[in-house]
Amino acid sequence: MAQTVIDTANHIVAYAAKAARVQVIAAYPITPQTSIVERIAELVESGELNAEYIRVESEHSAMAACIGAAAAGVRTFTATSAHGLVLMHEALHWASGSRLPIVMPVVNRTLGPGWNIWADYTDSLSQRDTGWIQFYCADNQEVFDTTIQAYKLCEDERILLPVMVCLEAFILSHTYMPVKIPAQEKIDEFLPPYKPKWFLDVDNPFSLANIVTPEYYMEFRYMLQEAMENAKQLIPEIDKEYGKFSGFEHGGLVEKYKCEDADLILLTMGTMGTEAKIAVDNLRNEGLKVGVARVRVFRPFPKEEIRKLAENAQMLAVIDRGISFGMEGFLAEETKASLYDQKNQPLIAGFIAGLGGRDVTFKTIGKIAKKSSEWMRAGRVEKETVWVDLRE
Amino acid sequence: MVSIKELSKEEYLLKGHIACAGCGPAISLRLLFKALGNKVILVVPACCSSVIPGPYPFTSFAVPVQNMLFEATGATASGVVAALRQRDIKDVTVVGWAGDGGTFDIGIQALSGAAERETDFIYICYDNEAYGNTGVQRSGATPYGAWTTTTPTGKKERKKDIAFIMAAHRIPYIATACPSYPIDFIEKIRKAKEIKGTKFIHILAPCPTGWRYDTSKTVEMGRLAVRTGVWTLFEIEHGKFKLNPPSSRLIDRAKRKPVKEYLTLQGRFRKLTEVDIEKTQKWVDEDWERYRKLASNQ
Repeated sequence: MAQTVIDTANHIVAYAAKAARVQVIAAYPITPQTSIVERIAELVESGELNAEYIRVESEHSAMAACIGAAAAGVRTFTATSAHGLVLMHEALHWASGSRLPIVMPVVNRTLGPGWNIWADYTDSLSQRDTGWIQFYCADNQEVFDTTIQAYKLCEDERILLPVMVCLEAFILSHTYMPVKIPAQEKIDEFLPPYKPKWFLDVDNPFSLANIVTPEYYMEFRYMLQEAMENAKQLIPEIDKEYGKFSGFEHGGLVEKYKCEDADLILLTMGTMGTEAKIAVDNLRNEGLKVGVARVRVFRPFPKEEIRKLAENAQMLAVIDRGISFGMEGFLAEETKASLYDQKNQPLIAGFIAGLGGRDVTFKTIGKIAKKSSEWMRAGRVEKETVWVDLRE
Repeated sequence: MVSIKELSKEEYLLKGHIACAGCGPAISLRLLFKALGNKVILVVPACCSSVIPGPYPFTSFAVPVQNMLFEATGATASGVVAALRQRDIKDVTVVGWAGDGGTFDIGIQALSGAAERETDFIYICYDNEAYGNTGVQRSGATPYGAWTTTTPTGKKERKKDIAFIMAAHRIPYIATACPSYPIDFIEKIRKAKEIKGTKFIHILAPCPTGWRYDTSKTVEMGRLAVRTGVWTLFEIEHGKFKLNPPSSRLIDRAKRKPVKEYLTLQGRFRKLTEVDIEKTQKWVDEDWERYRKLASNQ
């Protein structure tokens, strides 16, 4: 039977791992991910979750153990954050290159120095080119649902890529919200046991990840890119299929709110998407035709959806909780790249907000929208990238 | 006791591998498979053994292999072991097979973690005393005075005592071996297979390419290492230290050949002075004094 629990996103992640019946967990603690692995330890030791839990000595080893376990044919889970994620960097490439379906919630925390445990997307977005699929969640319900969906997606033979399920530190990780957890039978039906086509097997020996010469390397990478393209098709289908029994859909690749007739579209990710909805409602009351599009999947990047959004809008205001130093916000960069050579070229302004955990409320977003609409009316963006609420 | 005659004629290191002529690690691999058969999953980090089987779409290893990142053998094997337990597979041995760089240096953390977690696997370090795969650079296993491409005038520091570092982890079984003594080698691997927990086997694997000796002399080089006492065959089983033959007959210094006989046969030690050789002899004798005490305490 479905049940509603009120809990933090971190605990919800642990319940999702249990509901997905993960078989091997390898994890190392890091603030603010710790309450995920603590709850998982309780679930494993109480026998509620029948899994092996490897308490590794580093995040690099966590990913290495997941790679070994996934290659040996079981459903595998880890979770990390910030410095832990970037320590894994090398192994992230190894996981995707080996085409292993590993699911990893990432509690988005910025990187030091100075030490800062609060939210932004610097950690996971700096891993965007590792060949991992990346989801960004807006609330605890989406965290649960996406974790389950992630296994369905990554174990599909058309995909076979690892997945990050990203959630912002504290804003979600430590915040209590009601979450509806579907009945276990429904989840089991949606996500049957993992049956890999190939795995490390003494009766059918093969060598995984051995040397590959220039003669073959490119083909392996082409197949990885194809899998990413396949994911664009599959993610919305899986979201819909999951929605049928759970009652929740999360917008597939991009969740759109009041975008149909909007002149100005706020483009953002994660919880800023939720705050932006409030801002949109307020601004609509003031007569501004504004909508919000929340990019739920950053890799593969939904460029076709961005193009569709751009067809009717006059302006896109892109709000980034992260920056690619020396360029601009990650989302702004990808948005512009997606629209190159398109017939409709809306104005685009980039806004950097909320780095290192600074609050981005609906009020902040309201200000961004108002500034953007001024520029929209003037037909000119005054500043390509604006740092929001920056101390002078 | 194992005899050569009763060993399986099956080969799981297949023909066509691309190891150097006279490769000590390749002989060791062949012996490993002779000892364990093919109910083995190998985890191989970046090392000579990631090259030896040849490139995709070929391999000369007839067992499943997870090739892995340089520093990650211990952790990756932990994952494989956990997965086998979940799948209720009990008759497969997981073997981490790593070089000295991947064990003494970059991989020591993952190895230490796996040992501390009492991971049920055999970790084998085949030690050719340098980063061989990348063209002979110094590692934490390179002995004092040895030439490598990053110690062109000879290494100034001593080799780590990795077996005793592992002994400090209180794992149930540690052994040293050398492919020049194949029966001892095979017996130790078979013994390790029967013991639950983390087993560590340290193999001296002579390397003509890095050590600068004739490719026909690999077996002889291993024997000389043992007869001079530079390499010692021993086991530490549940904390109990035991010398194995022929090392067990060499406690008396007079029975050991002078280390000079071993050193002067290798081009890598060409620049050693008499003082350096005396120093090495003294360290070897000190090690043996320690072994003697440990052996007599048991």
